[in-house]
Amino acid sequence: MISTNLLALFYLVSGVLFILALRGLSSPETSRQGNFFGIMGMLIAVLVTFLSIGNFSTSFIYVIVFLLIGGGVGAFIAFKIPMTAMPELVAGFHSLVGLAAVFVAISAFLNPEAFNLGFSGNIKLASLIEMSIGAAVGAITFSGSIIAFLKLRGIMSGAPITFPAQHILNLIILISIIVLTYFLCVTQSSSLFWSLIAISFLVGILLIIPIGGADMPVVISMLNSYSGWAAAGIGFTLENTALIITGALVGSSGAILSYIMCKGMNRSFFSVILGGFGGTDQITKSDNKEQKPVKSGNSDDAAFLMKNASSVIIVPGYGMAVAQAQHALREMVDALKKNGIKVSYAIHPVAGRMPGHMNVLLAEANVPYDEVFELEEINNDFANCDVAYVIGANDVTNPVAKTDPQSPIYGMPILDVEKAKSVLFVKRSLSPGYAGVDNDLFYRENTLMLFADAKKMTEDIIKSF
Amino acid sequence: MEIDPFIFRLSIFILSIFVGYYVVWSVTPSLHTPLMSVTNAISSVIIVGAIIAALAGNNESIFNEASIFGFLAIILAAVNIFGGFLVTQRMLAMYKKKKK
Repeated sequence: MISTNLLALFYLVSGVLFILALRGLSSPETSRQGNFFGIMGMLIAVLVTFLSIGNFSTSFIYVIVFLLIGGGVGAFIAFKIPMTAMPELVAGFHSLVGLAAVFVAISAFLNPEAFNLGFSGNIKLASLIEMSIGAAVGAITFSGSIIAFLKLRGIMSGAPITFPAQHILNLIILISIIVLTYFLCVTQSSSLFWSLIAISFLVGILLIIPIGGADMPVVISMLNSYSGWAAAGIGFTLENTALIITGALVGSSGAILSYIMCKGMNRSFFSVILGGFGGTDQITKSDNKEQKPVKSGNSDDAAFLMKNASSVIIVPGYGMAVAQAQHALREMVDALKKNGIKVSYAIHPVAGRMPGHMNVLLAEANVPYDEVFELEEINNDFANCDVAYVIGANDVTNPVAKTDPQSPIYGMPILDVEKAKSVLFVKRSLSPGYAGVDNDLFYRENTLMLFADAKKMTEDIIKSF
Repeated sequence: MEIDPFIFRLSIFILSIFVGYYVVWSVTPSLHTPLMSVTNAISSVIIVGAIIAALAGNNESIFNEASIFGFLAIILAAVNIFGGFLVTQRMLAMYKKKKK
């Protein structure tokens, strides 16, 4: 047994280690050490919790067994998961944190004595409120993440699902959650507690179904944030510093990422949350569709252009992830570099389905991270580059965002691809991107469309060299 | 008069939000995906609550109404802890500098 004060100090230590874990991510060199700090923090938190209980009876053995079962499953997933599936993996993990928070809250509600929160039917008021917040936010995180997971996995269509009076319904439900919490605190009735959780599950579902596929970077970041607030709520209930610190860290981390993603799309957080963007209703905006001339070419043309270039910028997008083209792309770049051509990569903040998605895929394909640049770092270089190779990106290259105030994507920061001497645009057809807007870049003088699958085209270009 | 311990915890909470704010802004954008997976792993420190809940059962009934939820939460959190840290490790190992 260790004293309560010592225990609290140890939890503080693990909280600090978690801060260092995030701090390490400020550069790839320190990141691995940061992850190690994180693991240490977790180890300390778990070990001192065991010591504080000091009850090494049969149930302790069960705890270890359950821990190892979960750990084995987690380790298996971590080693097996392909890097392209990272967005849905993270969504899946968020759902587990959410559900764990709900379970801990339920357990605390059923057996408050174990946590020193009072007695069944007479739980301390503050604890009951904290518990309800933790359980409700946890439940929203759980069901919301499940929907995000299904959409990212393609099991559920990525198209937004909207119906009349959706927002009013959500508002009514949110108000009813507050009312329920109030009556729960007054009556301590367990049926109210269960209803609160059930309604929160419903909110999570309703909140995410109207949000379209390409807005997923915001959704994932937001759910990341929620999972943090749920953990913090439980931390207050359990009076546990490690959990409070971590919850606050994760909560603000997710919030910042959501902000960065919204800014990358020039959309307000509320317009993303209210959803419906990129639905089929917007594609009908094709009234002035005159047949504009498009130049298209094949892999030989593309190879010729690139071989005679002195600098090439690659612009990857979600299509690259779908086609699993990152390895072929790196081979192509290797061939170019052998010819003395300078190659760099330009990443838009919302490229892909989660923050940093493209960077991980390129790292997987052994692209050194110092050849990969963010929008602000590289945007001026397009004017001096000979070839821009757009692979799987679309809306983030559309010059209309700078020129047409009527366009739904007006004001979105975009990569100035059109300033390159020639643009090679790999795409399967001329269909508009997620925002439902025709890409002006297709019809530019200096654009050559390469109609093909991203991976196939890249491989063909390598052969043509 | 003594200060309510809740106020202490609230102070820690608010200060941690600020720490989180500044630390996360300093994270390089290329590591945003590992940031998400590692925050996922550390938020599973909720497992300490699950362990307390699971061990609260008495020896006659290891699996009672309340402890069952604790055991379930242990499994979920453990998946996240091992999965989260290991997948982060796997990703970070891929980030390499240009060979000069």
